[in-house]
Amino acid sequence: MGTKASTWVGIGLTTTVIGGILLANGSQSQQQTRHVAGNVAEIAPSIPSLALPVTMAAASNHAAAGKKLYQAKCGACHSLDKNRVGPRHRNIVGKRAGTVSGFRYSNALKKSKLTWTAKNLDAWLANPSKLAPGTSMGFRLTKADERSAIIAYLKSVSRKAK
Amino acid sequence: MTASELTMPSRRALIGGASKTLSVAGLAMIVSGCSYAAAPTSAGATSQDVEILNAAIALEHEGIAAYQIAATSGLLQPAVVEIGVTFQGHHKGHRDLLIKAVEQLGGTATEEQSQDHYVEALGVASLKNQEDVLRLALKLERGAANAYLGLIPSLGNDFHQVAAQMAGDEAFHAAILASALGESIPKAPLMFG
Ligand code: HEC
Repeated sequence: MGTKASTWVGIGLTTTVIGGILLANGSQSQQQTRHVAGNVAEIAPSIPSLALPVTMAAASNHAAAGKKLYQAKCGACHSLDKNRVGPRHRNIVGKRAGTVSGFRYSNALKKSKLTWTAKNLDAWLANPSKLAPGTSMGFRLTKADERSAIIAYLKSVSRKAK
Repeated sequence: MTASELTMPSRRALIGGASKTLSVAGLAMIVSGCSYAAAPTSAGATSQDVEILNAAIALEHEGIAAYQIAATSGLLQPAVVEIGVTFQGHHKGHRDLLIKAVEQLGGTATEEQSQDHYVEALGVASLKNQEDVLRLALKLERGAANAYLGLIPSLGNDFHQVAAQMAGDEAFHAAILASALGESIPKAPLMFG
């Protein structure tokens, strides 16, 4: 693949090779629903319901949108039940920061004395190093509606938050 | 000793050695003609960059391990293994660049964890066929593209471009995997970030 043109031909071939193999294997993937990494509005048709009076259904839709966002935005580093690049998140809402067992935190977070309330989580996701200078989490989520949906999801998987 | 104790031996040393970090970084610039730390930065900003870059190294270690596990799983057809190994090569390139950057800042790069750790952390036991493996790869690549874009505002200026370049590579991988899995093309712009 020496030239740009041949590189692009190569990509086409690459895709066809994997796609062809999947089809040959009887893949169901064409029937899967569309999944987009981007905005809440794109992946969560339920978001406009926030404009309506808040109901249980709307709240759980919000958490469902948050789950997809969580996977797309946080999923490279976190999961609910395993320590990975970052600590595991089940029961994080209401928990003291820096206390998940088996995870090696930065001193910054260990000494922060924060508790993960919805308010602190919102500030953390907007700018972690502002809340705990020196933290190893640099990821920022700039959209307030996305932070709110993810926090709703984290509440839904936390005992203390219910 | 837990696995995580093994991987991040440097963290305490880094926090304690923040002021030393700056002069070491300055020295590295002079000695190697470093392209990263072009402007003087505060010790706090430098050690913050080291922390964040080390988290990115940990992410790359996990990605490299994921492709290794996939390639040797016996679940993939040879042509798919070949593509996976190429993608893994990109991740190794990212890892090496990030390690160099951390060292130039006077930090110690995060080491990789054991293969067993990644098998457990990635839930490999539940992967049953090629499509499952490709879905995991897509999830990791999509997440990594988003992760790098979200790191940019927290990183010093010197690392903005390289973080964007890495996000570009991860988005490229994600696009090929999504296409192979038959996902339709997103209609709206700004698919990542
Ligand atoms: C690039 C990797 C990365 C991404 C992406 C990332 N995080 Fe983190 N996260 C970390 C690391 C590393 C830590 C540990 C920070 C420390 O020790 O200072 C952490 C810590 C946290 C904590 C504190 C946990 C505790 O036990 O005190 C929360 C909460 C958190 N992350 C939430 C999120 C959410 C929600 C997202 C997605 C919107 C996210 N993170 C995205 C790497 C990441």
